[in-house]
Amino acid sequence: MLEIALLAVFAAAPMMLPDYLTIFVTRVLILALLALSFDLVWGYSGIMSFGQALFFGGAGYGVALLARDLEITSIFIVLPAALAIGLTLSLAIGTFLLLGRSPPATIFVALGTLTGSYVADRLARDWYYLGGQNGIPSIPPMTAGGYVFAEGRVYYYLTLSVLAILYLVCRFVVRSQFGLALAGVREHEARMAFFGYKVQQLKLIVFSLAGAIAGLAGGLYAFHEGFVWPDILGAALSTQIALYALLGGVGTLIGPVIGVIVIEILGFWLADGFPRLWPMILGLLLLLVVLFSPTGLIGLVVSPRERVGRFGRSPLPYRHADEGADDAAA
Amino acid sequence: MPLLEVRGLTKVFGRLAALDGVDLTVGENEFHGLIGPNGSGKSTLMKCIAGAELPTDGTILFAGRDMTTAAPAERARAGLSLKFQITSVLPALTVYDNVLLALQARSPVVSLILSRTRETLHEQVMRMLTQFRLIHRLADQATALSHAEQQWLEIAMALASEPRLLLLDEPTAGMSLEERRITRELLAPIKSRCSLVIVEHDLDFVRDICGLITVLNQGKLLDGDTVKHVQSSPKVQEAYIARV
Repeated sequence: MLEIALLAVFAAAPMMLPDYLTIFVTRVLILALLALSFDLVWGYSGIMSFGQALFFGGAGYGVALLARDLEITSIFIVLPAALAIGLTLSLAIGTFLLLGRSPPATIFVALGTLTGSYVADRLARDWYYLGGQNGIPSIPPMTAGGYVFAEGRVYYYLTLSVLAILYLVCRFVVRSQFGLALAGVREHEARMAFFGYKVQQLKLIVFSLAGAIAGLAGGLYAFHEGFVWPDILGAALSTQIALYALLGGVGTLIGPVIGVIVIEILGFWLADGFPRLWPMILGLLLLLVVLFSPTGLIGLVVSPRERVGRFGRSPLPYRHADEGADDAAA
Repeated sequence: MPLLEVRGLTKVFGRLAALDGVDLTVGENEFHGLIGPNGSGKSTLMKCIAGAELPTDGTILFAGRDMTTAAPAERARAGLSLKFQITSVLPALTVYDNVLLALQARSPVVSLILSRTRETLHEQVMRMLTQFRLIHRLADQATALSHAEQQWLEIAMALASEPRLLLLDEPTAGMSLEERRITRELLAPIKSRCSLVIVEHDLDFVRDICGLITVLNQGKLLDGDTVKHVQSSPKVQEAYIARV
């Protein structure tokens, strides 16, 4: 219900918002896509990735170069290219970090991805071909035949469509038997190997899927903003996305989307009303949520049991009388 | 050819030899008890067989294959299944999903993503839950089960993949007499389906279900033969039974 209500609100939003706010909300939707990718790896699979910005920014830079150097701006090429860049980068880093003989420690993966993000940021800053500190400005807009996707309503609906489709894809995956295996990995990784699961392979698959989603988000972001710069590869954005997702509530798909919406919109509003104090107010709010609702904002409306959900054939027989709305919030 | 053949297994932690040249042979459809005082190396031997620990020396042959250094998942796929000493069900998942998780472990990833076996495995899940007296708890989270129920769930999960050899590490620990009786009843029918190696402190329990017993003491093989032989062995009585 919450998902449908949000979709309805976002579908109607551009009709009511001035253009500059439509552009702002488009950016929020793109960041929601990035938060969704973080949630897949951490919330659903227990892989602490601080490298989602690397896949996001890497794909952003990749499509920016395609547009600048090869003059390729067709949506049918640049968005699949962004997806492929995110997938390739995450597959390469995931193979290195996850496919050891024994399962890697959470901190090893966290620091490994964080290092990857930091290195990419430094590399972009010092590489003249990538524009150094200034990044790549004036990326030509994305096109479809003769049509130009300028920022505004059309780009907004394109982004919303991509978010909705990928949300449904993620929903399908996390509710499948594969999702059950991921839940098992998150709950008790060591036990899963004794069932016969190739745990590292499962983790690499979901890590790569999340990398591909982050890449697609990066491609959308690059053409929406019209330029890319080193910050979109760096550790700061990776951490920011982790915070967004944690505020909204990881382990549900809708939680991170809500987290991004709340922080971005609140930040936008607070920056107007409290130009000096707003970062502190936002920080305090984050702290309060983490302290009083560790499962995030979504934890206030969804029980822990609903967050985990069920994976068996539905509806299950022998339902208990007290089980009403127990069909997981994915 | 025996199903499991352990030869000269040694496991050293620092200066301590938890296992010191232990041999163990288990045949097809054989129920084998592993007993010994606390610290005798029973659980370490089970962990080495299942792949939770790698031995310092020695070999483990399972169904003719050298599994000494194989990963746990490889051993599980070959038909080795372990129930840990400490209950390790997946607490946040439902009882039903715990069993489904164990049943689907060997399915290919594409099949899991497309949920191809969800329907076909349903009957098997229900059968396992009925057999292990958990059918009325299927929609409950595993964490809500009693200790004995969690143990039964874990045995059901270990059996779900139809292993050739089931390793049970203290399945009745912490159970009441009635719960032990039920556990004995639950294990009896599986004799025709697989072999069993069971670590237990309850000697009556071991006597009732096992044909052969191996006794460990301070990481070494003390004795091993039929229940009758072991019961009358002066070495065993001195080292273990007399202390209990």
